[in-house]
Order: sequence, then C-alpha cells, then structure tokens
Amino acid sequence: MGMRKVAIVGAGITKFVRRAQETGKELSWQASKMALDSCGITLDDVDMVTLGTAPDAFDGVHMKGEYLADGAGAYRKPYMRHYVGGGTGVFSPIHGWMHVASGMADICLVVAEEKMSSCQPHPAGAFLTIFDHTTEQPLKPTLIWIFALEMNRYMQTYGISKADIARVSVKNKHNALDHPSAQVAEDITVEDVLNSETLCWPVNRLDISPASDGAAAVVLASERVARRLTDKPIWIDGVGMSIDTAYWGTRDLSYPRYVETAARMAYDMAGIKEPAKEIHIAEPYDPFDYKELHHMEGLLLCPRGEAARLTAEGYTARDGNLPICPSGGALGVGNPIAATGLMKVIEIFLQLRGEAGKRQVPGKPTCGLAQAWGDLMQMGTVIVLRS
Amino acid sequence: MVKRVGIIGIGTTGFRSITPDVSFRELIFEAARKAYTDAGIEPSEVDGFVTAAEDFIEGYSIADEYCPDQIGAVLKPTHTVPGDFIQALASGYMMIMTGMFKTVAIEAHSKASNIKNIDEVLGFALDPVYNRPLRETPHAIAGLEMTRYMFETCTSSEQCAKVVVKNKGNAMRNPYAAFGADITERDVMNSEPISLPLHRLDIAPHADGAVVTVLADGDTALALTDTPIWIEGLGWCTDTPTLEMRDWGEAAYARLAAEMAYKMAGIADPAGMIDFAEICDEYSFKELQHMEALKLCRPGEAAHLLESGATSFTGRLPINVSGGALGVGHLFEASGAHKILELVEQLRGHAGARQIPDVNIGLAQVWRGVPTATGAVAILSNM
Repeated sequence: MGMRKVAIVGAGITKFVRRAQETGKELSWQASKMALDSCGITLDDVDMVTLGTAPDAFDGVHMKGEYLADGAGAYRKPYMRHYVGGGTGVFSPIHGWMHVASGMADICLVVAEEKMSSCQPHPAGAFLTIFDHTTEQPLKPTLIWIFALEMNRYMQTYGISKADIARVSVKNKHNALDHPSAQVAEDITVEDVLNSETLCWPVNRLDISPASDGAAAVVLASERVARRLTDKPIWIDGVGMSIDTAYWGTRDLSYPRYVETAARMAYDMAGIKEPAKEIHIAEPYDPFDYKELHHMEGLLLCPRGEAARLTAEGYTARDGNLPICPSGGALGVGNPIAATGLMKVIEIFLQLRGEAGKRQVPGKPTCGLAQAWGDLMQMGTVIVLRS
Repeated sequence: MVKRVGIIGIGTTGFRSITPDVSFRELIFEAARKAYTDAGIEPSEVDGFVTAAEDFIEGYSIADEYCPDQIGAVLKPTHTVPGDFIQALASGYMMIMTGMFKTVAIEAHSKASNIKNIDEVLGFALDPVYNRPLRETPHAIAGLEMTRYMFETCTSSEQCAKVVVKNKGNAMRNPYAAFGADITERDVMNSEPISLPLHRLDIAPHADGAVVTVLADGDTALALTDTPIWIEGLGWCTDTPTLEMRDWGEAAYARLAAEMAYKMAGIADPAGMIDFAEICDEYSFKELQHMEALKLCRPGEAAHLLESGATSFTGRLPINVSGGALGVGHLFEASGAHKILELVEQLRGHAGARQIPDVNIGLAQVWRGVPTATGAVAILSNM
C-alpha cells in the first residue's frame, strides 16, 4: 500500500507547573517555538497546524481552540483543534499524522496545551459537568469517585493490594527527578503513598497526578521533507484510537477494552505481532498509579492481572526489560492533560533518538509506544514510533 | 493511493426552533439512521467517525464522551473536532486519504434551545484578559464589523436588509427550514436595533437539528452508489483571534480558505465555474462580505449583485437557496452541516421545490461566529 510515511522531526516542551504566570497562548508559543527551533524551521515552513487541548472549563474560555490559535502559530494558516478528552495528547500527533499522510500537508505543527490553574477554586471542578445530567449528575459524583470505583474493581478482580499499586507512583516520581520539566519529582516510599491523605478510598493523594499548566509541541513531516530536515527522523508506524460507550456503568471496569482495540489497530498498522517482545519502551498514561498497570494490560504488554507483579520485580524500571514511563509520567512530570500525552510521545521520540540524557534507557530501543486515555474511562489512543 | 473522496449518504432531522420532544442524542440518532440508510450501509461497516462539538454549547465538559452510542461508533476510531462541521469533514477527508479508512461518518448537531444564557456563553469566547472585562456582547462586535464593512464598500443597511428578505423568502421553499418568512426590507429596518447598524432581523436566530454524512474513498463510493457527490476542494483557515489585530472590513479567513479550496479543486475562475453557493449569513452583511472574500464578485460589488437579482433563486449565481442561517436557523457547530446537506440535495437533484436546474459544482462556506476569525470552504460536484 502506498501510504505516505510520516516522521517526527522536532519537539518542544515547557516546564510543567502548578500555576504558570504565562497565559495559555504564551505556553503554546513557548512549546511551538522550541519545537520549530529544534529542527531548524520557522512558522513560514509550516503548512498546517493542529492543536489539542482538553476541556474549555479549565481555561474558562469558550471555543478555547480559537483563543489559542495565534499562540499555537496558526495565524492565517489551516488550523484545527481536535479533542478526545484525556486521550487528546496522544491523539494530537495522530491528527497531525492524518494531515501529512493524507498529502494535505508536508509539514504540520502539532501543539498540545493545558492551563488548568485558571479553574478556581480547583481544576477538579471542571470535571463536575462531565457526567450525564439526567442519570449521573444528581448523584453528585466527582472524577476521583469514579476512578476509586475503577481502581477498587481492578484490585478485587486480580487480588492486587494498594501497596502493589503504590510502587508505580514511587517509580514514576523517582524517574521524573531526571526530567527538566518535572513538577512533582521526588524520592518517596510505598509507605508515603499509603499514608498520604485518603481522598476517596482506595485513592490516596499520592496515587494521583497533580493539576498542572504546560504545553508541548512536535513537528511532523513527510518522508521527503523529514530526510532533509534531520538525520534522525522518528517514524510514526502505527496509530490507533477507540472510544467505548458513554454508559460506563454498563462496562466491566477491571479491563480497558477500548485501549486493547486502539492498540490492536496500531499494532496491525505497524506489523507488530507480539507487542510484549517487539515494543522496547512504553509510555502508557498514568494520571492515577493503577492506570499504568491497567493500561499495560490493555496494551497487551503483559497478561491481565500481571502488571503489578512485573512492577514489583523491577521489570518496568528504567533499566528493566520493558521500561514503562521512563519520563516520570503524569505522576512525576505533572499532568497538564493534553500536554502530558504529547510529553509522553516526545519522551519516546527522544529515547529512540538516544537523546534522553540522564533518562536514556539502556539497550538502544528502536520501537516504542505512547498511549493516553480519557473521556468517561472510555477513550484509548495509541501511537507506535520506530527509529 | 486514494484519489477521490465522495459523499455517499446524508441524513438530517431538519431544523426547528425548539425540540423539547427529543434529547440531543435522539436528534443525532435520527440523522445517523437516515444517513446510513441513504448510504446503504450498516454503522458496523463504517471505519471511522468524526464529530463536531464545543463543550460550552453542549453544556458538558468533555462533550465528546457522549458521541459514540447514537452514531454506532462504540469501540471504533472516533474523534471530535471542536470546530465547524466542514472542519470535521476535512478531518474525515484526511482520514480516508491516508488509505487507512474506507468509510468515515461525520456528525454535527445543535441543541441551542437548551441553552438558557447563550449571549453569556458566547461572551466566554472573548479574550479573558483584554476583552471580557469590557463586557461586549457578541452582537456588539458584529455591529462594529458591519459598520466597517459598510464603510469600506459603500454598502447601506437597507442593502444588507435585502439579504434577509431574500433568504427568509428562499426558506419558504425549504421544508427543513425553521424561519422562512415573507417579509420586506422595511420589516428588517423596523425591527428593534440590537447593536446598530444591526437590527434583530439581521441576526440569524438559532435552531436545533442534526446532520450525519458518510464519506467513502472513490472505489468504495462507486461500488455503493450511482450518484456519489465528490469532494473537489476543501479549505480552512484561522485569522488572528485578537480583535485588535484583525482587518475588520475584509473576511481574510474566508478568502484564504477559499484560495486553498479553489487550488485543490483546480478552479481558476470561481464566479464563472461555481453554479451555486451556500455561504455564511449568520448576520445579513456577512453574506455580502463573504461573497467578496470568496471572489464570487469584486470587493464592493456584492450588494449590487444582490440587487440585480443575480443571487436570487432564479438568478445567475443563486446564493443560499436553502434560506441560509437567516432562514434555516443558526446551528453553531452544525452550521456547515446544513450547507453541505443543501449542496448534496441540489447536486443529486433531490431539492424539490427549491431545485436549481442543471447544477454541477456547489460551494459551501462557513464562519465560526463572533469573536472568531475562522472559516472553512468545501466545493462539491456531481461529476
């Protein structure tokens, strides 16, 4: 099949912080400028721009994509915003891939921004209106409640303890110590996680990623242009996305089947038959620590219910057999939602290039994936990259 | 390599000022069911889905959560474009052109009647630092823009009012339209001033409704239907969102989007080659401003063309025979959807009482409304 090959040729990422002084526009431009500079091009070279950002309620701006347009470098360019909730960040380069693989653009700038701190008194408030207004909102659920349900279901199904899950938080916050953008990197212990405040059992404060402000950007190019711009293009070899029913109460929450569907789509495209062997490094979405385990299973990187054991054995550490979230993930680097997903893609990009510095995993990985998840625990987005 | 993308099915609920009898999901379901029936496929045979929605209009954060069930997209590749339907159409077009997808469904809807405080919601689109503290209403900004357009092109309010008369009159022939009326220029000028020179009847009232359309690559389209409507050109563009920086007289976003679409479609002489157009008339003057930006006439000539009858139902270049937003209703993210619907019905020859004879190439253009400077253009043909 004559599908056009698409490469990531440049990337930029701002610091992730709890409250940025910069506006969302400024954050977007900081990341965009870094990405353009990293591959030696300017806005004049960019054919099209696509932007990912999650709920408008964070910034409190209706049609937030329109507001952010000039910050994202879209002035007088074909510009679109795409949106799949928390899965947006990994969908961003997939949408950029559509722009380039379709032949509509040779160079596409992909920007992901989130400025959660504008939402007062706490960004979690933006999630109060994600629920069905007839059947769910009268129960006054919060975001953490539904994840508590899902985490509990996962623990009960496979006999996993809170301590097993807490190891993910410990690992990722440690990994993030080497990430220059990190917001909540620290060396903590499993006891610290278990002793942190219980928000909604079984979820403790240190089981959750923080609210953050930040932006990230990548430059995508067609094969011909990519080879001109860089010696080390990183190819987008597989993309996948899948959305499950909005009626989340009707699903078995112990397994993210939508992640599996998305992963299978990406693996088919990339020609991957045995993901656990062929994927060398992965950045699954980890806004909650149990989600990393949940997603490893959905991504078919390990058998169901086995992810916690592998984590305890160090299999997923940065120097383990299958490094998971070597960046530090959302738990360590921070979680400006759309920007986090793109940060994960950028981590794989840098690792495959051998440019991850102190975070570089051993063994020269050549195939990695990033995954994000969102909406009402229903959206999976997966991207497979190869050097 | 995929060469062409065609529209093989389309379905709609029609448009009404209020729809208390159905939820937005039921509206979408009805449009989706009709679209799949029209295309002769099952939703399970659709490879991908794109929906257009904005959170604040939907009343949900992360509104895209609620898109999959009623369009048959559960566990399918699906994404939302918080933009106009024509931008979502472009996203679906790109999906097919990658070669990964054979069929893609595009959905947009409006349930504007559910919104209690629509002007305040639109006010939240203003820059929170520089503009929102001034408490402008969206219509005030449109009024300023109208003033500038009229000044630069020597157009009068009365001429703008003629757009309303034409479009509401056209809507009388359109069974989907909610706001068809037989009115005069005097009625428009005598309606209450909202933000002068804008009067109430210069502004498109909002309506509810949903549209779903099914796209397919060339081979699949020809296998499924004898009358695919081909996507010949697409363009979309965002000028600056900063009010202080933009050119208020000219719709640069429409000009640039049109240039992109014309280039893709190989159209060198738009005024000569386009048979009919559905263009954004959310405010009466916008139809005239957009005609000029789309190069359907020279700057300053749109009002004369209108007065000569060239853009009427029986004219040389009929514009908004559906009734446009003024006659059908303003549909927010689904604005482009009703324009694509009209193009498909006209190009198939299914437009009934409002059918224009012998049409082969149609243009749809949309603007995302105040305070944006974003627009999109689609060019469809039946050849």
